[in-house]
Amino acid sequence: MSAQHTKPAKPGEVGTTGHEWDGIEELNNPLPRWWLWIFYATIAWAAVYTVLYPAWPLVERATPGILGHSTRAAVATEIERVAAANAPMRDRLVATDLTAVSEDAELLRFATNAGAAVFRTWCVSCHGAGAAGVQAAGYPNLLDDDWLWGGDIENIHLTITHGIRNTQDPDARYSQMPAFGEILAPEEIDQVVAHVRAISGQDHDPAMAEAGATVFAENCASCHGEAGEGNRDIGAPRLNDAIWLYGGSEAAIRTSVVNARFGVMPGWSGRLTEADIRAVALYVHGLGGGE
Amino acid sequence: MAFLDGHKAIERHATLLAVLSFLVVTIGGLVQIVPLFYLENTIEKVEGVRPYSPLELMGRDIYIREGCYVCHSQMIRPMRDEVERYGHYSLAAESMYDHPFQWGSKRTGPDLARVGGRYSDEWHQDHFQNPKSVVPESIMPPYAFLGRTPLDIAHVADLMRTHRAVGVPYTDEMIANARADLVAQATADGDWDALLERYPGAQTRNFDGQAELTELDAIIAYLQVLGTMVDFSTFVPDASR
Repeated sequence: MSAQHTKPAKPGEVGTTGHEWDGIEELNNPLPRWWLWIFYATIAWAAVYTVLYPAWPLVERATPGILGHSTRAAVATEIERVAAANAPMRDRLVATDLTAVSEDAELLRFATNAGAAVFRTWCVSCHGAGAAGVQAAGYPNLLDDDWLWGGDIENIHLTITHGIRNTQDPDARYSQMPAFGEILAPEEIDQVVAHVRAISGQDHDPAMAEAGATVFAENCASCHGEAGEGNRDIGAPRLNDAIWLYGGSEAAIRTSVVNARFGVMPGWSGRLTEADIRAVALYVHGLGGGE
Repeated sequence: MAFLDGHKAIERHATLLAVLSFLVVTIGGLVQIVPLFYLENTIEKVEGVRPYSPLELMGRDIYIREGCYVCHSQMIRPMRDEVERYGHYSLAAESMYDHPFQWGSKRTGPDLARVGGRYSDEWHQDHFQNPKSVVPESIMPPYAFLGRTPLDIAHVADLMRTHRAVGVPYTDEMIANARADLVAQATADGDWDALLERYPGAQTRNFDGQAELTELDAIIAYLQVLGTMVDFSTFVPDASR
């Protein structure tokens, strides 16, 4: 191998680098000038960058860079900027009585939009993107006027703030139905299931349902009401309508009676600000079923 | 061009080229890696972060075994939209006991760094059984078998020893009580005092809603602790880091 460069004999031809192995020569196609200069420019830029931004590790910490950039500071600034822009409306929302928001069109519009964003972030995974819940799976539909714990704005706000039957928030709404599988005899359970089918207007065995009325009155009426109208103070669902949280089939009702249900909703006071909670409460209230 | 001629000597000598290449790569590596071990901003101490309890640790193993990281990341980046959606951006200290860390970079599903406490156990049970039952638009496959597979706890102490070998401060006492702690954490109304002393703030209940101790218990316990160890109502990160 020789290291002699050869020059092109005439314009248009390409010289060699002088590298040659077994008769195979390496052509010397120089890089385009524009490419080469951009390459040098990037090297120069890298040097400038390490001066401007955090770069070289020293003993205690890296060089901070003369621009003073910090990712944490940047995100904090950005959050503050948006918060400051929203602050007047959010303060107004927190200061206004929940029942009075509907009289302030501008505030209501702000709250509904902000609440929709909160809902889509935090609530959709259980209540669904359209807020229709998951039918018969224990995730309540928020579009209808059937409320477990109350559908006025104050009650919705309370539910969102503290949640339901969770262990994180001591103020969470709490109630627990006993598992009647250990309390009632099997035939009593059959009867009470038939009775619940009867008061909800579904197919049932009239004789069984009649017997079930007694069982219902003795065991269920104290919470669910004599006619099965439910009790919102303790979250006891209404049973004499066609809306079911866990399904209205015989099998589903039987499971509810035998094992009892224990639906949990997290409390949001630790994660969301008061303004966010108010906004999402107003959003849910405005979905159609608000009282 | 004497300098370039010198370089020719390297090009023509394979061993010299290998030795000098190794040297260059070594220096580059040291400059990039070594500062991470002593610079303050990479080893920020944060109150509340503790090693995983045995049950959570087994859940983490199942998380890795099932390849959850392929679709789920565990790092909330410091950007406003991420912070608003997922919560406070992740701190390095929050994955200090993760070997290997589960940060990930692919989000087919949502980020899970702060999924703890966000959903109820029942939601997770339904969701593992069939994700579409609670999220109709989900493309996550069902993991119903987790609820049918008994949790194999025979080697949990070994697992903890392995993690200790790579730097997780499990004490002899923690390892000796590994199985008892694991069972206690997944038992409703169990005797949790010793467990809670070793793993402050550990959540204790029957996670899968079944009498048996299953893999579903472990993975739900793991998911429910993710991102919950640091109390952000009292912790203020140093903005200059």
